[in-house]
Amino acid sequence: MRAATLFAALLSGTIFGFGLALATMIRPEVVLDFLRFRDLGLLLVLGGAVMVTLMTYQLAPRLLTKPLLGPAFEKHHAELSGRTLLGAALFGIGWGLCGVCPGPAIAGLGAGNWPLLLAVFGIFAGAYLQGRFFPGK
Amino acid sequence: MLDEFFPRGVIHYLLGGLLIGSGISVLFLLTGLIGGTSTFFSSTLSFVSSQPFFQQHRLVASRLWRLVYALGLMIGAGLYFAASGEAWVTQVSHGQLLLGGLLIGFGARLAKGCTAGHGICGLASLQLPSVLAVITFLLTAIAVAQLVQFIGVG
Repeated sequence: MRAATLFAALLSGTIFGFGLALATMIRPEVVLDFLRFRDLGLLLVLGGAVMVTLMTYQLAPRLLTKPLLGPAFEKHHAELSGRTLLGAALFGIGWGLCGVCPGPAIAGLGAGNWPLLLAVFGIFAGAYLQGRFFPGK
Repeated sequence: MLDEFFPRGVIHYLLGGLLIGSGISVLFLLTGLIGGTSTFFSSTLSFVSSQPFFQQHRLVASRLWRLVYALGLMIGAGLYFAASGEAWVTQVSHGQLLLGGLLIGFGARLAKGCTAGHGICGLASLQLPSVLAVITFLLTAIAVAQLVQFIGVG
C-alpha cells in the first residue's frame, strides 16, 4: 500500500473523527435522545454529511478522470437481499440498545470515552461471528 | 419551536455533519476509496484469523488503510477533545454497550454497511438497497430505544 494512500486515509479519518466529536455523535446519550425523539440533531448530522458526500460522489467521477493519488474511483454497490435487510434490522436493535455505531465507537475512544471499549470489543466479536459462521457466498 | 426539537442547538450538528461528509469526500477525491467504517472490524480481524472469510482479498488488501483511517477517527475526536476540554464518559450500562456492540458488529457485517457505509456512502451513491437498509435500522433502533426507556433499563 502506498504511503500516499495511507496519508489520505489518516487525513480523512481525522476530519471525519473531528466532525463526529463536534456533532457530539461520540456521546451515546445524544444518539439515544434522537431515537427517543427528544433531540432531532442526528438528522442534521446525517443530512449535512450526505449532502457533501453526494456532491463529491456524483461530481468527482464526472469532472476528474481519476482520483488525485489513486488509480480509479470505486463505486459503492449495495445488494438488495435478505441478508442486507436482516443485518440492518439486527444492527438497528444493537444501535437502539446502546446508542453507539461503528464510527463513533472508534472515534470516542480517542476522546477518552473509555466505556466505548466494551462496544468496540462487542463489535469485533459480532464481526467475527458473522465471518466465521455466516460468511455468505 | 426549534428549541423543542433541538434543545442542544443546531449549529454544531450541521457543522459536524459537513465535516463528516468532508472527511469521506477527501478520501474519495484523493484515493477513490469509499469510506465506510464497519468493514474495519472484519479487515482488522484478517490480521489474526486464518478463517477463509477474513483472508479474502477484499479485506486483506484494504486492512492497512482501514486501520489508519480508524486511527484518524480517534485522532480527530482527540483533537476536538483537546481543543474544547469537554470530556464525556457515557453512563450507558456496560451490559448494554457489550450486547449492543455484538448486535451492531454482526448486523453491520451481515448487511455490509452501517450508519456510515449505508447511511452516508450508500445514500450519497443513490443506492436503493442502502435506502431500505437505513429505513430498516432506523425503525428497529427507534423501537428498541423506546422500549428500553419504557421498561426503564437505560
